[in-house]
Formats: sequence, structure tokens, C-alpha cells
Amino acid sequence: MKKFKLDWLVLPLVGVAVIVGLWAVCSATWAKDLPSPAKTWESSKPYIVEPFAKRGEMDQGILRFTWYSLVLVAQGYALALIVGTPIGFCLGLSKAFTKTFDPIIQILRPVSPLAWLPLGLVLFLGTGKEAGTYGALFTIAVCAMWPTVLNTAVGVRAVPQDYLNVGRVLKLSRWKMLTKILIPATLPYMFTGFRLSLGIAWLVIVAAEMLTGRPGVGGFLWQEYNALIYEHIILSIIVIGLVGFVLDRLMSLLEARFKSA
Amino acid sequence: MPFLELSGVGKAFGGPPVLRDVNLALERGEFVAIVGYSGSGKTTLISLIAGLQHPDTGTVRLDGRIVAGPGPDRGVVFQNYSLLPWLTVYENIALAVDQVFPDLPPAAKQAHVEKYIAMVNLAPARDKLPRQLSGGMRQRVSVARALAMDPQVLLLDEPLSALDALTRSTLQDEIERIWGADKKTVVLITNDVDEALLLADRIIPLTPGPGATLGESVPVTLARPRDRRALNHDPEFKRLRALVTNQLLGYTAGRRATVTRKLTLPDILPEDLEAPRTSRRRPLRPQEIKKTEVILSP
Ligand SMILES: Nc1ncnc2c1ncn2[C@@H]1O[C@H](COP(=O)(O)OP(=O)(O)O)[C@@H](O)[C@H]1O
Ligand SMILES: [Mg+2]
Repeated sequence: MKKFKLDWLVLPLVGVAVIVGLWAVCSATWAKDLPSPAKTWESSKPYIVEPFAKRGEMDQGILRFTWYSLVLVAQGYALALIVGTPIGFCLGLSKAFTKTFDPIIQILRPVSPLAWLPLGLVLFLGTGKEAGTYGALFTIAVCAMWPTVLNTAVGVRAVPQDYLNVGRVLKLSRWKMLTKILIPATLPYMFTGFRLSLGIAWLVIVAAEMLTGRPGVGGFLWQEYNALIYEHIILSIIVIGLVGFVLDRLMSLLEARFKSA
Repeated sequence: MPFLELSGVGKAFGGPPVLRDVNLALERGEFVAIVGYSGSGKTTLISLIAGLQHPDTGTVRLDGRIVAGPGPDRGVVFQNYSLLPWLTVYENIALAVDQVFPDLPPAAKQAHVEKYIAMVNLAPARDKLPRQLSGGMRQRVSVARALAMDPQVLLLDEPLSALDALTRSTLQDEIERIWGADKKTVVLITNDVDEALLLADRIIPLTPGPGATLGESVPVTLARPRDRRALNHDPEFKRLRALVTNQLLGYTAGRRATVTRKLTLPDILPEDLEAPRTSRRRPLRPQEIKKTEVILSP
């Protein structure tokens, strides 16, 4: 197709228009319970124009909910990186470690967040009221850690022998070998893992909030479904998507910086 | 007892042996050049002396002790420079200096690093990353790093191959000066017989692989200091050059051999931008490297 001025703006808008059109048609024809775009906008307006309002525990501006979710994701994600990166290094450095733990990692990796959450809740039942929070953190960390683990391991294995030889000739201590050679050489791979992990952490938060009923976009979505306010399900989906997109973009920028370094 | 001694050294990488029965004895302070075809196992030989690889058979001894691993007493200039790409010129050299002279006060350390940067004429590139440098500049950093470690033995794996003629002769002089001043033991791998004749006490050809071994060594009887320009007319120089060249050619005499025409080095850029255009070199793309079948007659 020929390029024209502003195609970067116009074409995506056309795409959005097509989807909104389909949505309108569906809600007008076979999916009678699906709110129309106009109705969705009408009903969502208070949550968007006053994004930080707090009218009640489960009745807050949409960005306020998003903020709660982001805080929880940030904590779970940090946990995933703190645990996942060293595991990745161990996998990359030690064949014995890989042989020991790779099978179990391959088995745990595909397990859905929905399956981890109940276990997380059980694990932290002793904490009483906070069990929901800890359970959610556990779930985010466990699910989001894998891309970091695996990419770090691949990166460590891909460190060129030449760089290691420099360290060997200089007789660098283990610590210096790690900080001066292995980590800088692995950084680009690590950041790819970090980006993918963040995507998963954001996916998991919704499931975690739905099941624990914590305030946040996911919790809001589930509550409004139960309250039969279907417009807000769509509002939540759009916000979750946008936030995920922005997070991924930010991480890509960071990743590109380390790739070129 | 020789200072550096290889006896019966053999090395294979799963296939036919790359090196077999390599014997070499160097006195302390000796300068030996090893010449050989590319792919014959010169880098492997250097790695064995450096302790980066272990021989399958035989032993490598330094000062009487069996070499069990690498160490900063043997400074290596790697053929592919092996600079750490996330460190600047200064930091690459400082990493080595920090490691070898941990007790030096910071100011002295810095002066030491700067001295070697200046020696290879890289002061303006002090804070540049390796990827911002031409191939020849990277090679100079690599030489500076090895020299800054002040090792007992210098292992130089084709250290000047990517340099323009001018820088090349400057660094040749520098290597000779450092060798002469501190009486270091030097093993120089080179594909340039003239360079070997200019610098070495002894030239040892490496026979072509597989199963390469060291040939008969040729003592370089030329008086020092050797003047590059005067040498060209020196009959002894001409005789030695013919001797070494013939010895190398003799190995392949009558034998069908595949010779890779162009030595490829990573990312070589023209070193001297002011040089006339004709001397500019561009790195060859893989498909441009010609492999030619030649028959060498005795
Ligand atoms: N780490 C290695 N693994 C497998 N084969 C190797 C390795 N290092 C060198 N070789 C092989 O040994 C031979 C000699 O290589 P090298 O020592 O690099 O030659 P040169 O430096 O003389 O060009 C080549 O055929 C090469 O493929
Ligand atoms: Mg080589």
C-alpha cells in the first residue's frame, strides 16, 4: 500500500473504528447483553473524567484502581526478578544445576496463574487478613519469573569465550568475573527476560485480583460483572490493555539502551 | 633449564590432532617468532602456553613449573583483540592494571594506564568504547593491555596484522624496545616473515595441519639494533628470508593445498584515513574470501 502523510496515525484509527463498528453491530444484533459503545462511554464517564476519585472501597476512579494494581505488580515483579535472575545465572553457569532443576522448571512453567493462586492463599493462610495480598504476590512472582530465568540462562551460556579468557588470563576472582564480565555480557538477554516477565506479571494481576477481591482494575472488573454493570468490564479491559502496552513500550526502550551498549 | 618449555605437546579437538609432538624451549629473555599457514594451529599453541587450553599429551612448563592454568604472568594479545565491549579503552586497560597491581595507589594506577594508552597513540580515544574504534585501534588497545600487565612472558598472536604499515612499524619498535628494556620472554605469532626477521632471535616455522608440529628453528643472526630500511639490502637478511620462506613452502611442496587468500579479521576498518584511497581496505564479506587451489612445486 502507498504511504501517505499521517498514515501512522490514520491507519491505526481506522483499525480502532472497524473494531468499534463490529462491537456496535454485535451488541445491536445477537449479543443483546453486550453494552453498545455509546452506552459504555456513558456509563464509564465518571470513572474516566475523575480518574482518581475515591467514592468507596470498590467505587473509585479507574486510574486509582490501576495504581493499586500497578503497585502490587511492581512488588511481585521485583520479587520475580530478585529470585529469577540468580536462578538464571545458576542454570547458565552450572550443568549439574541445569540437569537437577531444568525438568522441574519445564513442568512448573506452563502452570496457569489460576492454579498457583489458591496455593499462594493456602501458603499464607497464617497471615490472616493479608493472605490475599501475599498470595497474589506469590502468584505474580512465580508466574512472571520464568522468562527472566530462561533468558538469563541463555545469555550466560552465550557469553563469548573470548571475554571469559580475558578474565581467566587476569585471574579475576569469582566475584569480579561475575560483576565485570558475566553480568555486563548477559545484560541484553536479561533485559529481554525482564520485559517478557513484566508482560506476564501484568497478565497475572487481573486473575489474582479477581480471585482475591482486592481493589484494583481486575477486582473492579469482577465486581462490576457480579453487579451486572457490564459496561465497566469493557472499560477495564481497555485500561488493562493500554497499561500493558505502555509498560511493554517502556521496557523496550530500556532494553534497546542495553542492546546498543 | 629452559624458562619456557613445551615437550611432546599434542592437542586435538575431538577430530584429528591439531598439534602433535610440539617441542619448544625458550631461554629467559628470548624472542621467538612462530610463522605458519593460517589454520595450522598457531592460536592453539598460544592458548596452550597461556594455559587457556590443556594439552592432551605432553607438558608446558614455565620456570620449571607445569602450567596448570592461565595467569597474568603471561600477557596475551589475542588475535581477535578480545576487548570487553562495555568498557572504554581506559577501563579495559585499567581492569588489567587493577588486577595485576592491586596495591598501587590510585594516582599511580591511573598514570600507569595513561602511559600505555599514550604508548599506542590512543590518548584521544581514551574514553571511547571498542565499537567506536577501527580494527587497528582495537588491536593497539589489546597490545597496550598486555604490555601494561608487565608480564614475564608476552604471547602475541598476530598482534599487528590489522595495522597500517606506519602504525605497524611504530609498534614493532615499541615491542622491541619493551623486550630489550625488561628482557621479557616473547613468543610472537606472525604471518609476516619480515616482521619475524626484524624482531626475533629465532624463527620457528609451524608445519601445516592437521597434526602440525614445529619445524627446524632458524636463528636470526642479524645484529641489533636492526634498521628496517638497511635490512632490505642486507645479504644475510635476504638469505634468512629465503630460508624461512622456502622452509614454509617446502612443507606444501608437491602437495595440493587449499590456501585461504585473505586473512579475515573481525571488523577491520581502514586504519589511516589520510592514506591514499587505493590502500583502503574494507572487510571482506564471507563470499568474497577466495579459496584457491594451488599446486606448489618444489
Ligand atoms: N576450540 C576449538 N574447538 C575445535 N576446533 C578448534 C578449536 N580451536 C581451534 N580449532 C581447530 O584447530 C585448527 C587450528 O586452529 P588455530 O589454532 O586457530 O589456527 P591458526 O591460529 O594457525 O590459524 C583449526 O582447524 C581449527 O578449526
Ligand atoms: Mg590464529
